[in-house]
Amino acid sequence: MIRENIRMAWLTVISHKMRSFLTILGIVIGTASIIALMTIISGVTDSINEEVATFGADRMTVQIEDASKRGVSVAELDRLEAIDGVSSVSPTTTQQTDVYVTGQTSTQSVIGKSNSYFDDSTVATGRGLTPVDVSQQTYVALLGDTLAKEAFPTTSLLGETIVVGGIRYTVVGTLAPSSEFSMSTDEAIIIPVTTALQQFHQNTISSFDIYTEAGQSETVNEAVTQQLTTAFNGRDTFTVTSFEDALASIDQINALLSMLLVGIASISLLVGGIGIMNMMLVSVTERTSEIGLRKALGATPGKIRQQFLFESVLLSLLGGFVGVVVGGLLAFGLTLVMGVPFTLASSTIGLALGFSILIGVVFGYIPARKASNLQPIEALRNA
Amino acid sequence: MTLIEVEALTKTYGSGDNEQTVLRGIDLEIQEGEFVAILGPSGSGKSTLMNILGCLDGYTSGRYRFGDKDVTGLSEAELSLFRNKQIGFIFQQFNLLPRLSAYENVELPLIYQRSSKADRQTRTKQMLTRVGLGDKLGAFPNQLSGGQQQRVAIARALVTNPSLLLADEPTGALDQANGRQIMELFHDLHAEGKTIIMITHDIDIAREATRIVHVRDGKIEKEERVR
Repeated sequence: MIRENIRMAWLTVISHKMRSFLTILGIVIGTASIIALMTIISGVTDSINEEVATFGADRMTVQIEDASKRGVSVAELDRLEAIDGVSSVSPTTTQQTDVYVTGQTSTQSVIGKSNSYFDDSTVATGRGLTPVDVSQQTYVALLGDTLAKEAFPTTSLLGETIVVGGIRYTVVGTLAPSSEFSMSTDEAIIIPVTTALQQFHQNTISSFDIYTEAGQSETVNEAVTQQLTTAFNGRDTFTVTSFEDALASIDQINALLSMLLVGIASISLLVGGIGIMNMMLVSVTERTSEIGLRKALGATPGKIRQQFLFESVLLSLLGGFVGVVVGGLLAFGLTLVMGVPFTLASSTIGLALGFSILIGVVFGYIPARKASNLQPIEALRNA
Repeated sequence: MTLIEVEALTKTYGSGDNEQTVLRGIDLEIQEGEFVAILGPSGSGKSTLMNILGCLDGYTSGRYRFGDKDVTGLSEAELSLFRNKQIGFIFQQFNLLPRLSAYENVELPLIYQRSSKADRQTRTKQMLTRVGLGDKLGAFPNQLSGGQQQRVAIARALVTNPSLLLADEPTGALDQANGRQIMELFHDLHAEGKTIIMITHDIDIAREATRIVHVRDGKIEKEERVR
């Protein structure tokens, strides 16, 4: 019976190709937009997560306002580093100053950092700063990616001398290109933080990053806030921003966006469903004599209902299927342009097809019931 | 044995001012193996009578027994199955489904009966061969002549081996020669013991039957035995 139902539904659908196509168009558009949106959003999320994996989610940034009056000293940083769950503290002090590189003088950002800033992913060539560089205030520097490529396009720059604010520094390495999710260092020069403080006549630091052990970011955040509040005599002149906070707000925006877009797509699916209902009602009217004949030959109301439900589900499922293909292609193109990874999850496809079937059942029910309620005599009279 | 027993059957359509009585007390008995023609002009109520006999329509009052069964209290679904098993319909306009082949049209009542595929295949082929269309299994209705289409419809009516064949103007849409062939087929079926009720307005066609029931103004005017 099921086979015959599918066959009959198929015969009806293909005997009105144009009409069937127009009927399923709403479902196609709705499904395609859902598939495309979900794929793109998941691609963007994947790409953010990938960044986080390389960049490290267990990081928070502390900014001191009004640092010229009261910043944080190197000794205080050591005390922060001693907090449970903190793996390292990476101070930053930035100054715009004249830099002389290979016969050219220009104004660049000179950033003081400690050894804890460096790992395999931050250094491109040479070496990063060492604890010795920090404790001995050595005159060594690393160049940002763009700066290094402009100044030394062909030759190796390791061991070269540059002049920063009138003092000679030896280049010991270059930095890897900056990630999109942090302040760019591509044009910067990095020197040991202690050397920077001394050269620029500062004794406190206005900004630093705290790296925490996995999962400790919340407790560390509290401890750091408490310690700084005490150190600043209860004055609230600093902000602690954890990367997790930023991630959470990105996630929130993503979720909101998904809901909004899925809402819009749902409206088009609703419209598509109404289209199917309309077409099915027309079909029932057109086929009253067929329904009457089938009833005369022994079709029960239930079987007539079944036949028309199969037809509406076939239509909506067909729309869903075409929509998945169109949406998949659309998403593939867009993710390619946006440079985010493309993965069409089978759960997404399953959800879209499942939703199509649901629409077929929901919007096919009224026409199917109308067909099943036709009296055989009324139906045959129209023959 | 009595197959059909109708007593004081009435049928009224509408209500109030629009009330229209189509059947005004029909008493009729049909024995198994009879070939009965119900003859009457249009508007006589003969089609309504046929619809009631075929369990396609209900009646207002009276009694209708089919075999040993009172069909009055049956639900719509039960009536569907009853028609499927007991009654084979033949219509003036053949009423074949245009998108199905001759084979599939004949197979349809068996599908509603849920018989096995092998059984359907045997009986469908057998019936189409029986009506002389064993070589037209795959043909669609629009590829067949009117006479051939009506023979497909007869095969469809016979395929469930029903107790009663109910034919509504079976030759009405056919030319003389094709109509003749169909009547010959009816005679063969009658000879095999089938019970046939044929509705017609044509006295010449009615004379093919063994008994003619004249219907006029919703009543049985007279009955005559032809052969």
